Amino acid sequence: MKSLILTTAALALTAGMGLADTVRLGTEGAYPPYNFLNDNGEVDGFERELGDELCKRAELTCEWVTNDWDSIIPNLVSGNYDAIIAGMSITDEREEVVDFTQGYTPPSPSAYAAMSADVDLKGGVIAAQTATIQANHVVDTGATLVEYPTPDETIAAVKAGEADAVIADKDYLEPEVEASDMIFVGDDVPLGGGIGMAFRESDDDMRAKFDAAITSMKEDGSLNTLIEKWEVGGTW
Amino acid sequence: MSCYQTVQDYAFRAFGYGERLLPRSDFTLCEQFTLIGSGMMWNIYYGTVAVITGFLFANLLAVGKNAKSPWARKPAEWFIFLFRGSPLFIQFFFAYFLFLNLKSVSSIFDPLSSAWLGALIVLFLNTAAYSAEIFYGALRSIPKGDIEAADAYGLTGWSRFRKVMWPTMMRLAWPAYTNEAIFLFHATTLVFFSGFPAWRQKGDALYYANYFADKTFNPFVPYPILAFYFILLTLVIISLFGVINKRLNRHLPQERRRKLRLRPNLIR
Amino acid sequence: MRSAIFSYCSDPATLETFQWMSCYLTTGKHMAFYVSFGTVLLLLAITAPTALMFGFGGAMSARARFAPLSWLGRGYIAIVRGVPDIAFFLFFVIALDQGIEYLRHKVKCPDWDQPIRQGSDFIVCDIAKMPLGDSPQWIHETYGFALAVLTFAIVFGAFAANVLFGAMQAVPRAQIETAEAYGMTHRQAFWRILVPQMWTYALPGLANLWMVLIKATPLLFLLGVEDIVYWARELGGSKTAKFTAYPHPDWRMWYFFGLLVFYLAFTRVSELVLARITTRLSHGQATLGGEAQRKAS
Repeated sequence: MKSLILTTAALALTAGMGLADTVRLGTEGAYPPYNFLNDNGEVDGFERELGDELCKRAELTCEWVTNDWDSIIPNLVSGNYDAIIAGMSITDEREEVVDFTQGYTPPSPSAYAAMSADVDLKGGVIAAQTATIQANHVVDTGATLVEYPTPDETIAAVKAGEADAVIADKDYLEPEVEASDMIFVGDDVPLGGGIGMAFRESDDDMRAKFDAAITSMKEDGSLNTLIEKWEVGGTW
Repeated sequence: MSCYQTVQDYAFRAFGYGERLLPRSDFTLCEQFTLIGSGMMWNIYYGTVAVITGFLFANLLAVGKNAKSPWARKPAEWFIFLFRGSPLFIQFFFAYFLFLNLKSVSSIFDPLSSAWLGALIVLFLNTAAYSAEIFYGALRSIPKGDIEAADAYGLTGWSRFRKVMWPTMMRLAWPAYTNEAIFLFHATTLVFFSGFPAWRQKGDALYYANYFADKTFNPFVPYPILAFYFILLTLVIISLFGVINKRLNRHLPQERRRKLRLRPNLIR
Repeated sequence: MRSAIFSYCSDPATLETFQWMSCYLTTGKHMAFYVSFGTVLLLLAITAPTALMFGFGGAMSARARFAPLSWLGRGYIAIVRGVPDIAFFLFFVIALDQGIEYLRHKVKCPDWDQPIRQGSDFIVCDIAKMPLGDSPQWIHETYGFALAVLTFAIVFGAFAANVLFGAMQAVPRAQIETAEAYGMTHRQAFWRILVPQMWTYALPGLANLWMVLIKATPLLFLLGVEDIVYWARELGGSKTAKFTAYPHPDWRMWYFFGLLVFYLAFTRVSELVLARITTRLSHGQATLGGEAQRKAS
């Protein structure tokens, strides 16, 4: 499926039209603090700043594209955009279809959040976003999985009593928990190998460019500054 | 894995029996046929229950809309306009969020936000409105002579309605109502594409067809399978309604009996 | 950053309810929401005539005297109408996209030796991509929208074809026979006698189809276009204070209520307009409606 529309030209449109070094970055736009749409309807968040900085360092012109989460990999593979930068954890299953850069955040834990402390995480109803590592994890634990297409619907489901608890990246849940009467329950679950950008398997050159840019940001500490600014888990 | 094994594992997957995990790679034709067929049971469930309950309510609404008293007429008119004037897709969304809000009022409303009940209610109200409009149209076109004849026999009130007006109304409305029923069965595919979430990956036929299309990135297998099932279902509905149609028209001379014509189906 | 429309919106947290609302409802995001209503209207404006063209073509081929062409027309009508439309919406967009790319691939890269379907991937050479990978964003958007329009046109074209086919049959046979008696060819009789007269018979069906088309527009959402349903979901979801100046709980119910009202109003207006057109078209026609007008005047 084509999934398109809302975008913003990342860097000033000086590079001109149709040059081959325009890179289209696909994101979800619904997963704060990683990526979300701000009040002006533009892509914002940790990954917006990170992506813009990476493009600057790799001397590429980037454009932002939003796409539904559940079709975000198929649309990359079929060429609707050139990279995914959407809080996507690096997993073996995904590695079979796409190629990841090195992680730009260290592996960060997932966590359960619920309205009360006494929920049954093994046998209860757990909400998770479709096609995430967390959804796979719920299936493995034997709890009842309820899937939702967007992350904020998983939170809404818990608040409405639809599900007993929600599982997601802890960094995503933290601001939600702070702002509501939800609490973290159970232990943190280590899942995935950090978050990276995903490319088509044939795009090794472009992936190498971004990989180098991530390395340089790690080295001069600017990546850590960004991570601290947006509070997305631990620093390097 | 043999196809027989697949059928055993997945034939009732849509209701939560059998294999817990959906196939994740190396999809076979057999798996697609079995799972989509398994999902069809939900479509049949929604369609059948909504048609039966909607039929009863539609009769009430049609009579209400035909009533002289504005107390009966206005609510019926508004109800019909509300459900025929807005997209079913939006009705599903709105109803789901409304049910979620109701849940915080009282726990009586808990089951409403799951698809098996919540979506069913929306479908029931929706088909009741559409059918009521059809029945109302039929009620208005009952030949004057029929009613005059009933009056001449001294039939009044309820018995006149039950013995004369209602059978004629049904007879006139039946071809259009058949289309509405087919249409409703097709509309059941919207359930899991609106707000209602799929629990434990238990969904209808389109949910699974879409699952396979997303995973294999090949729409040319699952959707034709879905189409095959639905054409089959449509034929079954036509023959069932055809039997009733025959019975409704059995008193008419042969050449005046109206044949049912298939005229599905428009999305709402 | 675009500045807010009202000057007092710089710090929404301090505002009274009314002012807060006026600021909230005029954020850039809400503007995108309002624009998406335009997207829906634009879709209707383009799809309706396109579907009518498809319908006309379908009806003409269903009537054709050349049997295979007639089967093609009838098959098109029957298949699209026998299957849930939503399945077609989901199917056509991918199928059209892949079909177009496949054809371009065959033309532009004849030397390509790898299979196009590799496992779950659909791979064509770079210059066969639609749109080209390096095209600017607006081309991608337009292409996506065009696919949506084409999908709508194909599906609703079949319904329109059915209506027009019925209307063509409904024109009294004697009219054609008279035309042929006057020495008109088959083609002349079709274009000069049948087509002008069929519209009055087709109108009720087409009017109904228009209503149905209005009610099918929320399905744009399923085609990946960011339409009113997309924005209602995005805006209505609960927002925490950290990422927006306008935190609020789950308001999706109210947004969808708004959409419900929009569609009801739109349907009502359409009904009134269509009623007027019907009156005008049946003027002087040899139909029940025309006869009633004649008697009334």
